[in-house]
Amino acid sequence: MTVRWLVVVLAAMFLALIAMPAQSEYADVVLNRFSEKEGMRPVVFPHWFHRIRFRCKVCHSELGFKMRAGANEVRMTDIIEGRFCGMCHDGQIAWAADNCDLCHSGKPGLPPGIFGGHETSGPGRW
Amino acid sequence: MVKRQVGLLRVWVVAVLVAAGSMPSAWAQQRWLPIAEDGLRDPASPAVRLLQPPEEALSKLEPDTAGNQVRWVKALDKGQIEPRSSILPGTEVEVYDGDVYLNLRGGMPPVRFPHREHTLWLACSNCHDEIFKKEPGSNKLSMFVILQGEQCGVCHGAVAFPLTECSRCHNTTREEALAAVERQQAERAAAKAKGAAR
Ligand code: HEC
Ligand code: HEC
Ligand code: HEC
Ligand code: HEC
Ligand code: HEC
Ligand code: HEC
Repeated sequence: MTVRWLVVVLAAMFLALIAMPAQSEYADVVLNRFSEKEGMRPVVFPHWFHRIRFRCKVCHSELGFKMRAGANEVRMTDIIEGRFCGMCHDGQIAWAADNCDLCHSGKPGLPPGIFGGHETSGPGRW
Repeated sequence: MVKRQVGLLRVWVVAVLVAAGSMPSAWAQQRWLPIAEDGLRDPASPAVRLLQPPEEALSKLEPDTAGNQVRWVKALDKGQIEPRSSILPGTEVEVYDGDVYLNLRGGMPPVRFPHREHTLWLACSNCHDEIFKKEPGSNKLSMFVILQGEQCGVCHGAVAFPLTECSRCHNTTREEALAAVERQQAERAAAKAKGAAR
């Protein structure tokens, strides 16, 4: 009898583990329209980190980021010339664009989109 | 043989129930995964060592049970965070303090949409007039459409608190909502009369 309970407990622990896959932080966005095709890792943009420092209106109104994952056509030349991420990642407001790996940090093969566990799937995919 | 299989089956059924029962409690306590285990970052990337782990920043802010596990409006109101409102010189920053009452006739409790909490974070143009027209009743709001990621669901379920938190939107009683709407109408009529008298 006790052996059977031990099996139950172990099986439950196993199930609980596989039922909880690794979850990215809520509202992380992957940008990968061009990166991987051009030999770089996909870009991971963390909303939580930026919203501690900037309100939504800074990026989505002043800087003109469209509020739809994958809707912004961002090129590295834009960033170096000070558009999109480059408005801040210019060596003044934040570190400059030469820190390639900090932005291009994603696993190869990630599709563009919003991530963050069972609660986020973003527009059209709840 | 058959008996043994039934016994094993029973073990698995109980295990599934125990596992299911333990999951909400695992979710209820606050926890953030380290960068290397978040499923997005390439563990081989040098960034894994350099990026800030969410727990370091988020565990210090007003707690919540959903989304980033931070009650962002409270964190802002209490001054725990001071996010900038603009970076370009000359940008006008506008906060509008007006509640809009929605869903007065549904089966769910009515919705008090607070402009203050939204315009602290957002610009008017993030919602008006592309997502929402200002005219009351002109938007054909529906929970079905929201769950598809439109209307309120553009942000809620993506970046702002998720749609699983029903009562945070369905947040008032019918009596209170109707009384508030009546008050708003009276105020508007009075303002209009004052304008006409001048
Ligand atoms: C501030 C963040 C950031 C930094 C730093 C950064 N990138 Fe990018 N990069 C992006 C974003 C965002 C995109 C667009 C992603 C997409 O849609 O694929 C991009 C796209 C690219 C692309 C593909 C598109 C194109 O324009 O050719 C290449 C190649 C690239 N980056 C190389 C680099 C290199 C090399 C560095 C370091 C010198 C670097 N990046 C640093 C954010 C960054
Ligand atoms: C530092 C800049 C920045 C800030 C601040 C910011 N965002 Fe974003 N947001 C982005 C970027 C970049 C994307 C991805 C765009 C893309 O993929 O083309 C994005 C995407 C989104 C999306 C689309 C998600 C989807 O599922 O398609 C929503 C909604 C959104 N942001 C809402 C917000 C809200 C609400 C806030 C404030 C709490 C906010 N953002 C703050 C930069 C920002
Ligand atoms: C409104 C300004 C602003 C914009 C726009 C912006 N960032 Fe940032 N970002 C910052 C600041 C400020 C920091 C913190 C810099 C520091 O700690 O020195 C930062 C840090 C980061 C970090 C490091 C986070 C960590 O854990 O340390 C990443 C990754 C990043 N940004 C990616 C991006 C990408 C990708 C984009 C464009 C899609 C972008 N940022 C656009 C301001 C911005
Ligand atoms: C982001 C805010 C928000 C969240 C979260 C939310 N709702 Fe809604 N809900 C609305 C709005 C807005 C309407 C439409 C009001 C109208 O018809 O004018 C609505 C309408 C409804 C309706 C149809 C009208 C009615 O009362 O019968 C139902 C049912 C409903 N919601 C159920 C839910 C349930 C269940 C949840 C939680 C899983 C939920 N809602 C979470 C905002 C929200
Ligand atoms: C998060 C989205 C959002 C933002 C940001 C927003 N609004 Fe609204 N607004 C709404 C919704 C939803 C309604 C209700 C529409 C309806 O009744 O169907 C509304 C209605 C209104 C109305 C008519 C009702 C009333 O209170 O008189 C006015 C005026 C208004 N908004 C002004 C503003 C101004 C000014 C700003 C910027 C400071 C702003 N809004 C920002 C979503 C928003
Ligand atoms: C453009 C993005 C956006 C849209 C559209 C939007 N919201 Fe929000 N909402 C936010 C953000 C950002 C917050 C701040 C709290 C957070 O991030 O969780 C917020 C907060 C709230 C709060 C206050 C929560 C609190 O913690 O006190 C309520 C209630 C709410 N929203 C209801 C609604 C309803 C109802 C609608 C649709 C009529 C709606 N929102 C549409 C972005 C949005």
